[in-house]
Amino acid sequence: MMKTRPIWNAHVAGVALGLVLLGTFLATGHGLGASGTPTAIAAAASQAVAPTATASNGYLGPMVSGGAHPMDAWIVWEVLGMGIGALIAAWWAGRIRWRIEGPTNLKTAGRIGFALLGGVLSGFGARVSAGCTSGLGLSGGAVLATAGFVFLIGFFLFGMVTGFFTRRFWQ
Amino acid sequence: MILPAGWITPLSGLVFGILFGFVLQRGGLGNGCRLSAQLRLKDWTVFNVMFTAIIVAAGGLYILQFAGLVSWSELYVPTTYLWATLLGGALVGAGMGVGGYCPGTSVVGAAAGRIDGIVFFIGLVLGVVVFAGMFPGLQPLLNAAAGPQAQTLGDLLHIPNGLVLVLLIAGAVLVGWLSRRAPTSKSISCAD
Repeated sequence: MMKTRPIWNAHVAGVALGLVLLGTFLATGHGLGASGTPTAIAAAASQAVAPTATASNGYLGPMVSGGAHPMDAWIVWEVLGMGIGALIAAWWAGRIRWRIEGPTNLKTAGRIGFALLGGVLSGFGARVSAGCTSGLGLSGGAVLATAGFVFLIGFFLFGMVTGFFTRRFWQ
Repeated sequence: MILPAGWITPLSGLVFGILFGFVLQRGGLGNGCRLSAQLRLKDWTVFNVMFTAIIVAAGGLYILQFAGLVSWSELYVPTTYLWATLLGGALVGAGMGVGGYCPGTSVVGAAAGRIDGIVFFIGLVLGVVVFAGMFPGLQPLLNAAAGPQAQTLGDLLHIPNGLVLVLLIAGAVLVGWLSRRAPTSKSISCAD
Protein backbone atom coordinates (compact mmCIF):
# COMPACT_ATOMS: atom_id res chain seq x y z
CA MET A 1 0.00 0.00 0.00
CA MET A 2 1.39 3.31 -1.08
CA LYS A 3 1.65 6.09 1.44
CA THR A 4 -1.04 8.69 0.90
CA ARG A 5 -0.16 12.31 1.53
CA PRO A 6 -2.69 14.83 2.87
CA ILE A 7 -3.54 17.80 0.66
CA TRP A 8 -1.74 21.09 1.14
CA ASN A 9 -3.10 23.79 3.41
CA ALA A 10 -5.34 26.03 1.28
CA HIS A 11 -3.18 29.14 1.76
CA VAL A 12 0.01 27.23 0.91
CA ALA A 13 -1.69 25.88 -2.23
CA GLY A 14 -2.93 29.40 -3.00
CA VAL A 15 0.57 30.91 -2.79
CA ALA A 16 1.95 28.09 -4.99
CA LEU A 17 -0.86 28.58 -7.50
CA GLY A 18 -0.33 32.35 -7.45
CA LEU A 19 3.39 31.91 -8.19
CA VAL A 20 2.64 29.55 -11.11
CA LEU A 21 0.10 32.06 -12.43
CA LEU A 22 2.57 34.93 -12.00
CA GLY A 23 5.26 32.91 -13.82
CA THR A 24 2.85 32.22 -16.68
CA PHE A 25 2.07 35.94 -17.05
CA LEU A 26 5.76 36.90 -16.98
CA ALA A 27 6.62 34.30 -19.61
CA THR A 28 3.64 34.55 -21.97
CA GLY A 29 1.74 37.77 -21.21
CA HIS A 30 -1.45 35.83 -20.52
CA GLY A 31 -2.63 33.58 -17.74
CA LEU A 32 -3.73 29.97 -17.40
CA GLY A 33 -6.90 28.57 -18.90
CA ALA A 34 -8.75 25.34 -19.56
CA SER A 35 -12.00 25.68 -21.53
CA GLY A 36 -10.15 26.53 -24.76
CA THR A 37 -9.16 22.88 -25.06
CA PRO A 38 -12.63 21.31 -25.09
CA THR A 39 -13.49 24.08 -27.57
CA ALA A 40 -10.58 23.02 -29.80
CA ILE A 41 -11.60 19.36 -29.48
CA ALA A 42 -15.20 20.22 -30.39
CA ALA A 43 -14.01 22.14 -33.48
CA ALA A 44 -11.65 19.34 -34.57
CA ALA A 45 -14.26 16.60 -33.98
CA SER A 46 -16.96 18.59 -35.73
CA GLN A 47 -14.58 19.18 -38.65
CA ALA A 48 -13.88 15.44 -38.90
CA VAL A 49 -17.55 14.38 -38.71
CA ALA A 50 -19.30 17.20 -40.61
CA PRO A 51 -16.80 19.43 -42.45
CA THR A 52 -19.40 21.36 -44.46
CA ALA A 53 -21.59 22.17 -41.47
CA THR A 54 -18.50 23.11 -39.42
CA ALA A 55 -17.18 25.48 -42.09
CA SER A 56 -20.54 27.27 -42.29
CA ASN A 57 -20.98 27.52 -38.51
CA GLY A 58 -20.51 31.05 -37.24
CA TYR A 59 -18.56 29.96 -34.15
CA LEU A 60 -16.57 26.89 -35.24
CA GLY A 61 -16.10 27.95 -38.88
CA PRO A 62 -13.41 30.61 -38.26
CA MET A 63 -11.43 28.06 -36.19
CA VAL A 64 -11.09 25.67 -39.15
CA SER A 65 -11.08 28.11 -42.09
CA GLY A 66 -8.11 28.14 -44.46
CA GLY A 67 -6.95 24.71 -43.28
CA ALA A 68 -6.34 25.92 -39.71
CA HIS A 69 -5.94 23.21 -37.08
CA PRO A 70 -7.87 24.11 -33.94
CA MET A 71 -5.78 21.67 -31.86
CA ASP A 72 -2.59 23.53 -32.81
CA ALA A 73 -2.93 25.94 -29.90
CA TRP A 74 -1.01 26.89 -26.75
CA ILE A 75 -4.03 26.06 -24.54
CA VAL A 76 -4.09 22.45 -25.82
CA TRP A 77 -0.46 21.97 -24.72
CA GLU A 78 -1.22 23.66 -21.41
CA VAL A 79 -4.20 21.39 -20.65
CA LEU A 80 -2.16 18.34 -21.71
CA GLY A 81 0.46 19.53 -19.22
CA MET A 82 -2.26 19.91 -16.56
CA GLY A 83 -3.18 16.27 -16.98
CA ILE A 84 0.48 15.22 -16.72
CA GLY A 85 1.15 17.45 -13.70
CA ALA A 86 -1.98 16.24 -11.92
CA LEU A 87 -1.04 12.64 -12.69
CA ILE A 88 2.46 13.13 -11.23
CA ALA A 89 0.99 14.82 -8.14
CA ALA A 90 -1.66 12.15 -7.63
CA TRP A 91 0.94 9.39 -8.05
CA TRP A 92 3.34 11.08 -5.65
CA ALA A 93 0.54 11.46 -3.10
CA GLY A 94 -0.63 7.87 -3.58
CA ARG A 95 -4.05 8.99 -4.78
CA ILE A 96 -4.45 7.26 -8.13
CA ARG A 97 -7.43 4.92 -8.15
CA TRP A 98 -10.21 4.29 -10.67
CA ARG A 99 -13.49 5.41 -9.13
CA ILE A 100 -16.74 7.14 -9.89
CA GLU A 101 -17.28 9.95 -7.40
CA GLY A 102 -19.82 12.70 -8.05
CA PRO A 103 -22.99 13.07 -5.96
CA THR A 104 -22.56 10.30 -3.38
CA ASN A 105 -26.27 9.81 -2.71
CA LEU A 106 -26.83 8.70 -6.31
CA LYS A 107 -26.09 5.34 -7.89
CA THR A 108 -23.55 4.96 -10.68
CA ALA A 109 -25.89 5.90 -13.55
CA GLY A 110 -27.05 9.02 -11.70
CA ARG A 111 -23.49 10.10 -10.94
CA ILE A 112 -22.49 9.70 -14.58
CA GLY A 113 -25.62 11.56 -15.68
CA PHE A 114 -24.93 14.45 -13.31
CA ALA A 115 -21.29 14.61 -14.44
CA LEU A 116 -22.36 14.76 -18.08
CA LEU A 117 -25.06 17.39 -17.46
CA GLY A 118 -22.67 19.45 -15.33
CA GLY A 119 -20.08 19.28 -18.09
CA VAL A 120 -22.57 20.41 -20.75
CA LEU A 121 -23.68 23.38 -18.59
CA SER A 122 -20.08 24.30 -17.87
CA GLY A 123 -18.85 23.87 -21.46
CA PHE A 124 -21.77 25.94 -22.78
CA GLY A 125 -21.35 28.57 -20.06
CA ALA A 126 -17.61 28.95 -20.60
CA ARG A 127 -18.29 29.78 -24.27
CA VAL A 128 -20.94 32.35 -23.31
CA SER A 129 -18.42 34.12 -21.06
CA ALA A 130 -15.42 33.31 -23.33
CA GLY A 131 -13.52 31.81 -20.40
CA CYS A 132 -13.89 29.63 -17.33
CA THR A 133 -12.89 29.69 -13.67
CA SER A 134 -9.21 29.47 -14.72
CA GLY A 135 -9.11 31.70 -17.78
CA LEU A 136 -11.44 34.44 -16.57
CA GLY A 137 -11.77 34.02 -12.80
CA LEU A 138 -8.19 33.26 -11.85
CA SER A 139 -6.26 34.85 -14.74
CA GLY A 140 -8.62 37.82 -15.10
CA GLY A 141 -8.45 38.30 -11.34
CA ALA A 142 -4.63 38.35 -11.46
CA VAL A 143 -4.66 41.41 -13.73
CA LEU A 144 -7.52 42.92 -11.67
CA ALA A 145 -9.82 42.75 -14.74
CA THR A 146 -13.42 43.77 -14.12
CA ALA A 147 -14.43 40.80 -16.30
CA GLY A 148 -12.71 38.35 -13.95
CA PHE A 149 -14.64 39.58 -10.92
CA VAL A 150 -17.96 39.85 -12.77
CA PHE A 151 -17.46 36.20 -13.79
CA LEU A 152 -16.61 35.16 -10.22
CA ILE A 153 -19.71 36.92 -8.83
CA GLY A 154 -21.93 35.00 -11.29
CA PHE A 155 -20.00 31.81 -10.61
CA PHE A 156 -20.22 31.88 -6.80
CA LEU A 157 -23.75 33.31 -6.51
CA PHE A 158 -25.48 31.03 -9.01
CA GLY A 159 -23.19 28.16 -7.98
CA MET A 160 -24.50 28.53 -4.42
CA VAL A 161 -28.11 28.58 -5.68
CA THR A 162 -27.45 25.38 -7.63
CA GLY A 163 -25.55 23.93 -4.67
CA PHE A 164 -28.62 24.55 -2.49
CA PHE A 165 -30.93 22.71 -4.88
CA THR A 166 -28.53 19.79 -5.41
CA ARG A 167 -27.51 19.43 -1.75
CA ARG A 168 -29.50 16.26 -1.11
CA PHE A 169 -27.62 14.46 -3.91
CA TRP A 170 -24.22 15.29 -2.41
CA GLN A 171 -23.31 14.17 1.08
CA MET B 1 14.66 43.32 -19.55
CA ILE B 2 10.96 44.10 -19.80
CA LEU B 3 8.53 41.27 -19.25
CA PRO B 4 6.40 39.45 -20.46
CA ALA B 5 9.04 37.49 -22.34
CA GLY B 6 6.73 36.35 -25.13
CA TRP B 7 7.60 32.69 -24.54
CA ILE B 8 4.47 31.23 -26.13
CA THR B 9 5.49 27.80 -27.40
CA PRO B 10 4.20 24.24 -26.96
CA LEU B 11 6.99 23.73 -24.39
CA SER B 12 5.92 26.72 -22.28
CA GLY B 13 2.35 25.43 -22.42
CA LEU B 14 3.46 22.03 -21.16
CA VAL B 15 5.71 23.48 -18.43
CA PHE B 16 3.12 25.86 -16.96
CA GLY B 17 0.36 23.30 -17.48
CA ILE B 18 2.30 20.67 -15.53
CA LEU B 19 2.89 23.11 -12.66
CA PHE B 20 -0.78 24.19 -12.75
CA GLY B 21 -2.08 20.60 -12.67
CA PHE B 22 0.40 19.61 -9.97
CA VAL B 23 -0.59 22.47 -7.65
CA LEU B 24 -4.34 22.00 -8.20
CA GLN B 25 -4.06 18.29 -7.44
CA ARG B 26 -1.98 18.82 -4.28
CA GLY B 27 -4.33 21.59 -3.19
CA GLY B 28 -7.20 19.12 -3.32
CA LEU B 29 -8.99 20.88 -6.19
CA GLY B 30 -9.37 17.76 -8.34
CA ASN B 31 -12.05 16.53 -5.97
CA GLY B 32 -15.68 17.17 -6.99
CA CYS B 33 -16.87 16.48 -3.46
CA ARG B 34 -14.72 19.31 -2.06
CA LEU B 35 -15.39 21.69 -4.98
CA SER B 36 -19.17 21.36 -4.74
CA ALA B 37 -18.98 21.58 -0.93
CA GLN B 38 -17.68 25.15 -1.34
CA LEU B 39 -20.96 26.04 -3.05
CA ARG B 40 -22.84 24.68 -0.01
CA LEU B 41 -20.42 26.64 2.22
CA LYS B 42 -19.26 23.39 3.87
CA ASP B 43 -15.65 23.70 2.72
CA TRP B 44 -13.66 26.86 2.07
CA THR B 45 -10.72 25.38 0.15
CA VAL B 46 -11.78 26.73 -3.26
CA PHE B 47 -12.28 30.28 -2.04
CA ASN B 48 -9.07 30.39 0.00
CA VAL B 49 -6.90 28.84 -2.74
CA MET B 50 -8.33 31.03 -5.50
CA PHE B 51 -8.21 34.34 -3.67
CA THR B 52 -4.77 33.72 -2.24
CA ALA B 53 -3.55 32.88 -5.77
CA ILE B 54 -5.17 36.00 -7.28
CA ILE B 55 -3.62 38.22 -4.60
CA VAL B 56 -0.15 36.67 -4.97
CA ALA B 57 -0.20 36.91 -8.78
CA ALA B 58 -1.76 40.39 -8.85
CA GLY B 59 0.56 41.63 -6.11
CA GLY B 60 3.59 40.23 -7.94
CA LEU B 61 2.58 41.82 -11.24
CA TYR B 62 1.84 45.12 -9.51
CA ILE B 63 5.20 45.26 -7.72
CA LEU B 64 7.14 44.23 -10.85
CA GLN B 65 5.30 46.87 -12.85
CA PHE B 66 6.16 49.43 -10.19
CA ALA B 67 9.81 48.38 -10.45
CA GLY B 68 9.64 48.86 -14.21
CA LEU B 69 10.14 45.18 -14.98
CA VAL B 70 6.67 44.45 -16.35
CA SER B 71 4.81 46.31 -19.04
CA TRP B 72 1.16 46.10 -17.93
CA SER B 73 -0.11 47.10 -21.38
CA GLU B 74 1.35 43.89 -22.81
CA LEU B 75 -0.58 41.69 -20.38
CA TYR B 76 -3.84 40.17 -21.57
CA VAL B 77 -6.72 41.78 -19.68
CA PRO B 78 -10.13 40.36 -20.70
CA THR B 79 -12.99 42.73 -21.55
CA THR B 80 -16.35 42.58 -19.77
CA TYR B 81 -19.51 41.83 -21.73
CA LEU B 82 -21.73 42.30 -18.72
CA TRP B 83 -24.56 39.84 -19.45
CA ALA B 84 -22.44 37.22 -21.19
CA THR B 85 -19.70 37.32 -18.54
CA LEU B 86 -22.24 37.10 -15.72
CA LEU B 87 -24.43 34.42 -17.39
CA GLY B 88 -21.40 32.34 -18.41
CA GLY B 89 -20.09 32.51 -14.85
CA ALA B 90 -23.51 31.46 -13.53
CA LEU B 91 -23.63 28.46 -15.87
CA VAL B 92 -20.08 27.37 -14.98
CA GLY B 93 -21.15 27.67 -11.31
CA ALA B 94 -24.28 25.59 -12.04
CA GLY B 95 -22.08 23.00 -13.76
CA MET B 96 -20.02 22.72 -10.58
CA GLY B 97 -23.15 22.43 -8.40
CA VAL B 98 -24.46 19.61 -10.61
CA GLY B 99 -21.32 17.82 -11.78
CA GLY B 100 -18.76 18.81 -9.14
CA TYR B 101 -16.09 20.37 -11.38
CA CYS B 102 -15.21 23.29 -13.61
CA PRO B 103 -13.34 22.77 -16.91
CA GLY B 104 -9.78 22.74 -15.47
CA THR B 105 -10.54 20.79 -12.31
CA SER B 106 -12.29 18.04 -14.30
CA VAL B 107 -8.93 17.35 -16.00
CA VAL B 108 -7.20 17.27 -12.60
CA GLY B 109 -9.87 14.95 -11.15
CA ALA B 110 -9.73 12.69 -14.19
CA ALA B 111 -5.92 12.39 -13.88
CA ALA B 112 -6.33 10.73 -10.46
CA GLY B 113 -8.69 8.12 -11.92
CA ARG B 114 -12.06 9.83 -11.44
CA ILE B 115 -14.35 8.58 -14.18
CA ASP B 116 -16.89 11.29 -13.37
CA GLY B 117 -14.12 13.80 -14.20
CA ILE B 118 -13.63 12.19 -17.61
CA VAL B 119 -17.40 12.22 -18.24
CA PHE B 120 -17.58 15.89 -17.16
CA PHE B 121 -14.86 16.71 -19.71
CA ILE B 122 -16.82 14.91 -22.46
CA GLY B 123 -19.80 17.02 -21.37
CA LEU B 124 -17.69 20.16 -21.85
CA VAL B 125 -17.06 19.22 -25.50
CA LEU B 126 -20.79 18.55 -26.01
CA GLY B 127 -21.59 21.89 -24.37
CA VAL B 128 -19.37 23.67 -26.90
CA VAL B 129 -21.19 21.88 -29.75
CA VAL B 130 -24.57 22.98 -28.33
CA PHE B 131 -23.23 26.53 -28.03
CA ALA B 132 -21.99 26.49 -31.64
CA GLY B 133 -25.44 25.30 -32.78
CA MET B 134 -27.14 28.17 -30.97
CA PHE B 135 -24.46 30.76 -31.82
CA PRO B 136 -26.41 32.92 -34.33
CA GLY B 137 -29.30 33.34 -31.86
CA LEU B 138 -26.97 34.02 -28.95
CA GLN B 139 -24.84 36.67 -30.65
CA PRO B 140 -26.87 39.73 -29.57
CA LEU B 141 -26.60 38.56 -25.94
CA LEU B 142 -22.87 37.82 -26.24
CA ASN B 143 -22.04 41.32 -27.44
CA ALA B 144 -24.49 43.24 -25.23
CA ALA B 145 -23.35 45.77 -22.60
CA ALA B 146 -19.67 45.63 -23.58
CA GLY B 147 -17.41 47.41 -21.13
CA PRO B 148 -14.31 49.41 -22.06
CA GLN B 149 -11.50 47.29 -23.55
CA ALA B 150 -9.30 45.59 -20.96
CA GLN B 151 -10.87 47.45 -18.05
CA THR B 152 -9.47 46.84 -14.56
CA LEU B 153 -11.35 47.29 -11.29
CA GLY B 154 -9.23 50.38 -10.69
CA ASP B 155 -10.48 51.90 -13.98
CA LEU B 156 -14.07 50.98 -13.10
CA LEU B 157 -14.00 52.42 -9.59
CA HIS B 158 -11.65 55.34 -10.42
CA ILE B 159 -9.19 54.27 -7.74
CA PRO B 160 -5.56 53.16 -8.10
CA ASN B 161 -5.03 49.43 -8.69
CA GLY B 162 -2.83 49.39 -5.58
CA LEU B 163 -5.90 50.28 -3.52
CA VAL B 164 -7.91 47.54 -5.29
CA LEU B 165 -5.20 45.12 -4.21
CA VAL B 166 -5.41 46.33 -0.59
CA LEU B 167 -9.23 45.92 -0.67
CA LEU B 168 -8.88 42.39 -2.09
CA ILE B 169 -6.41 41.44 0.63
CA ALA B 170 -8.75 42.86 3.26
CA GLY B 171 -11.67 40.87 1.79
CA ALA B 172 -9.67 37.64 1.65
CA VAL B 173 -8.43 38.07 5.22
CA LEU B 174 -11.97 38.79 6.41
CA VAL B 175 -13.47 35.73 4.68
CA GLY B 176 -10.52 33.60 5.78
CA TRP B 177 -11.10 34.73 9.37
CA LEU B 178 -14.89 34.23 9.23
CA SER B 179 -14.45 30.74 7.79
CA ARG B 180 -11.55 29.81 10.10
CA ARG B 181 -13.68 27.41 12.16
CA ALA B 182 -14.94 25.60 9.09
CA PRO B 183 -12.04 25.21 6.65
CA THR B 184 -13.55 21.78 6.10
CA SER B 185 -16.84 20.95 7.80
CA LYS B 186 -17.01 17.64 9.62
CA SER B 187 -20.27 16.95 7.81
CA ILE B 188 -18.37 16.19 4.62
CA SER B 189 -15.70 13.57 4.23
CA CYS B 190 -13.96 14.15 0.93
CA ALA B 191 -11.34 11.48 0.44
CA ASP B 192 -8.50 13.64 -0.85
